[in-house]
Amino acid sequence: MRKIWDIHGGIHPPENKAQSLDHSIEFAGIPAQLILPVSQHIGAAASPIVQIGDTVLKGQCIAEAVGPVSVPIHAPSSGTITAIEDRPIAHPSGLDDLCIVIDTDGRDTWHQPPSSRDFTQLDKATLVELIHNHGIAGMGGAGFPTSIKLNVGEPNNIKTLILNGTECEPYITSDHVLMREYSRKLAQGIAILAKLVQPEEILLGVEDNKIDVVAGLQNALKQHDFSALTGKATSAEVITFPTKYPSGGEKQLIEILTGKQVPTGSLPASLGIVCQNLGTAVAISDAVIDDRPLISRITTVTGQAVTKPRNFEVLLGTPVEYLLARSGYNASINNRLVMGGPMMGFTLLDITMPVVKTTNCILAPTEAELPTPPPAQACIRCGLCAEACPASLLPQQLFWFAQGKELEKLEQHNIADCIECGACSYVCPSNIPLVQYYRASKAEIRQRDADMQQAEHAKLRFDARQERLDRLEAEKIAARQARQAKAAANKAAQAGQDPKAATVAAALARVGAKKSALEPTHKAPASDPAPDATLATDVDDPVQRAIARRATQQQADTANPAAALQRAVESAEARLKKARLRLTNAEAEQDNNVDAFKLAVDKCQSKLNQARAALDAHHAAKNL
Amino acid sequence: MPLVQITSPHAHTSQSTSSVMLLVALATLPGVAALTIGFGWGTITNIVLSIIFALALEAGAVSLRKQPIGFYLRDNSALVTAILLGIALPPYASWWIILTGMFFAIIIAKHLYGGLGYNPFNPAMVGYVVLLISFPIEMTRWAAPLELVSELDTSGVSKPTLIESFGIALRLIELPAIDGFTMATPLDLLRQNDALMISDLKQTYPQFGAQGGLVWEWANLGFLIGGLFLLYRKIYTWHGPVSMLVTLSLLAAIFYDGGSSNSGGSPMLHLFSGATMLGAWFILTDPVSSAVSNKGRIIFGAGIGALIFIIRQWGNYPDSVAFAVLLMNFAAPLIDHYTQPKTYGHS
Ligand code: SF4
Ligand code: SF4
Repeated sequence: MRKIWDIHGGIHPPENKAQSLDHSIEFAGIPAQLILPVSQHIGAAASPIVQIGDTVLKGQCIAEAVGPVSVPIHAPSSGTITAIEDRPIAHPSGLDDLCIVIDTDGRDTWHQPPSSRDFTQLDKATLVELIHNHGIAGMGGAGFPTSIKLNVGEPNNIKTLILNGTECEPYITSDHVLMREYSRKLAQGIAILAKLVQPEEILLGVEDNKIDVVAGLQNALKQHDFSALTGKATSAEVITFPTKYPSGGEKQLIEILTGKQVPTGSLPASLGIVCQNLGTAVAISDAVIDDRPLISRITTVTGQAVTKPRNFEVLLGTPVEYLLARSGYNASINNRLVMGGPMMGFTLLDITMPVVKTTNCILAPTEAELPTPPPAQACIRCGLCAEACPASLLPQQLFWFAQGKELEKLEQHNIADCIECGACSYVCPSNIPLVQYYRASKAEIRQRDADMQQAEHAKLRFDARQERLDRLEAEKIAARQARQAKAAANKAAQAGQDPKAATVAAALARVGAKKSALEPTHKAPASDPAPDATLATDVDDPVQRAIARRATQQQADTANPAAALQRAVESAEARLKKARLRLTNAEAEQDNNVDAFKLAVDKCQSKLNQARAALDAHHAAKNL
Repeated sequence: MPLVQITSPHAHTSQSTSSVMLLVALATLPGVAALTIGFGWGTITNIVLSIIFALALEAGAVSLRKQPIGFYLRDNSALVTAILLGIALPPYASWWIILTGMFFAIIIAKHLYGGLGYNPFNPAMVGYVVLLISFPIEMTRWAAPLELVSELDTSGVSKPTLIESFGIALRLIELPAIDGFTMATPLDLLRQNDALMISDLKQTYPQFGAQGGLVWEWANLGFLIGGLFLLYRKIYTWHGPVSMLVTLSLLAAIFYDGGSSNSGGSPMLHLFSGATMLGAWFILTDPVSSAVSNKGRIIFGAGIGALIFIIRQWGNYPDSVAFAVLLMNFAAPLIDHYTQPKTYGHS
């Protein structure tokens, strides 16, 4: 016997499963109309590839996947497309969404009749592709596209493949009958999964209220040589454990079977575990072996408002109304209609809504069965909710913080780890709809995070702009100081020499320069930068350095006026270019200093003109 | 029927706060019966008057806060507070003592803090402590066990009938002569008689009884039975009460001192005397003012057990359950902070 672990908390609500277990799975039949929402799973909605008026055949693709996290949709039966429009769909939000409507012709003609394929000969990529192309999404919970979950890469570190046969919610028996009647297909599906993820062990977890299916499952599993499929010594076991809600939560089941907890915020794959739903495994077998896309599923119809509770093989898109009619539904005693189970299902307001890939149950209870909740009383902090919480949270504290909208406290108390199982609400003697508060709070936290991200983005942009403006300002100051220093130096030079002397000196210097050019080894004294006081004082100060540089150049300039003038032109050109650039930037950003930048450009332009004129004049004078 | 939109879960247990409170009220019956048999109708008059005042005050407070009166009275929390305070008061307490106590319990300790669920302190214990501090003489005059009253029948004290008892409680009939009708409780004697060995005390004072004092041991047994019933019905978990009783017994055992004149009394005496069992199974289990997690409740209970012993042994008050509970009510948020359970998937 393999060791199993217990999870914290949990509850034992009345099971109410026997009602729908008496009969074997029954084909629900072909309704006159099938309504297929293009979005039946997490990820991008499929995009319709048919038009109104088109005739489609059973199994024909009618909407193709958009991007990787998306799966295509196939026609569940043959008929004519009569509408592609928004219809009410089965979703907790109660919103309408795009649906493809098929008026069936009753002939149920296959697009391409199911064949039979030997999957052992196929490589992984082909398997993943088949699974994707046949529209397979997780058939429990959120409906995650299966091909993505199985694309575990190579080499993978998956050690354990878990099949979730728990079905812990009261009333629902669709997985139970699936294990009872489809065990062969299930085992085939498991074999394909094994070939894909190559686990060292395969665990099929079943609650002990379904003990009747275990022998059949074990036999079915024996038909496959898993070691040959995985290339490892792979074992496959059916494991039973005590019935308790919510053992079937993926994280809970993993803890029960392996004793490990999936670290918060990570996927089971981080522990080397892949978890799959039973319906998905059967659908994989259908897709890979029989080439049959996912066009039907098993759905339990139960509750005291139906006289014939049972499990149906239902074409996807079948209106709930149609199923209810086949089960002896008495609308007058039905107080609410639940899609899913009594713990996590959501109410339907419109009985024309269609069955989708994740619809495991339609529950039609009477008022006596699931009474309308009385008004909530005060939380008396009895702690029953904390006792029941499988995630070991403190629901009463979360409730307290949710009322006060203390989002940070909620996060500190790990609201993100709440799986919304409803165990806390179930036990609360004050009838507080705790889960409702948590859902609302989670939505608020998401909203706040989105807002914060936006604000952060805006702040980054603001900071960058501020930094740029500061830099420009600093450059301006430095330039102004340099100009002042130059002016001062010019003045000093002019004060020290009368114009004639300067011309003489310049001529002498020219001669000297020529001389030095002829005698390269001898350095002209004029071009030898004298050890300057300013240069030595503070070389770390950029302004001082600029001044010093200017001063040194000044000496050289007096020696070679043409070069100096040339440099003046060049620098004026450069400055003009920079000023223009700044102006365009400022205009692009609608800066309110645009006018100032314009002025700067004009100034630079006139300076350049002056410099050019001076240079021309100099050349003219020389050529004389 | 029209279909309604309700969020999950759709199933719910049949247990409601009202029924939980009612069950708690019922579970006091064995203890109340023992007290009544032992001390006469005085406990019943206490409880009846408490309930009347409590419901009236609760209705008044709720209507002042503009809330539906019937809805709040039906949560039965005021009923439980009233019963607990009624039990804790000395039998035949006068109506104005009871009214004052209930006012502090219901109005000050509960509604001023925001009503049920928001009160940091146990309302009944707040009422009790306020009375004990304000009216020490009235509050420490405990009725003598009936079986001793007949023995001491020197001053013409009779055993009042139920009607007469209400007369006494409303002070329409004079309280019977003080000597003989009231008597020091075993815990009082233990504290006041430092010079005597426990065995001497037992011989001198007949009210010591076998374990925790005449009547007291039966009353405590009654509350223990009531508590075990609530435990069996899963109204609360064992953590708080057991932790308190174990702590109290351990400390008593350590300081028992073989029954010498310095002895603090045997563990059995502490367990079955005074308000020990009432405190363990009915007061510290008040969910609102206690710690929330199981670990937290173990600490909470242990703190109360220790404080009870410390105050009984070295303090100045006849019994200490109320003080101990209130002190730990203070500490409860801190305990909660440090005993947050480890969430799934967190290491
Ligand atoms: S079960 Fe309800 S009343 Fe009890 S602590 Fe939790 S939220 Fe409060
Ligand atoms: S719904 Fe969330 S808080 Fe409530 S029991 Fe489930 S996991 Fe815990």
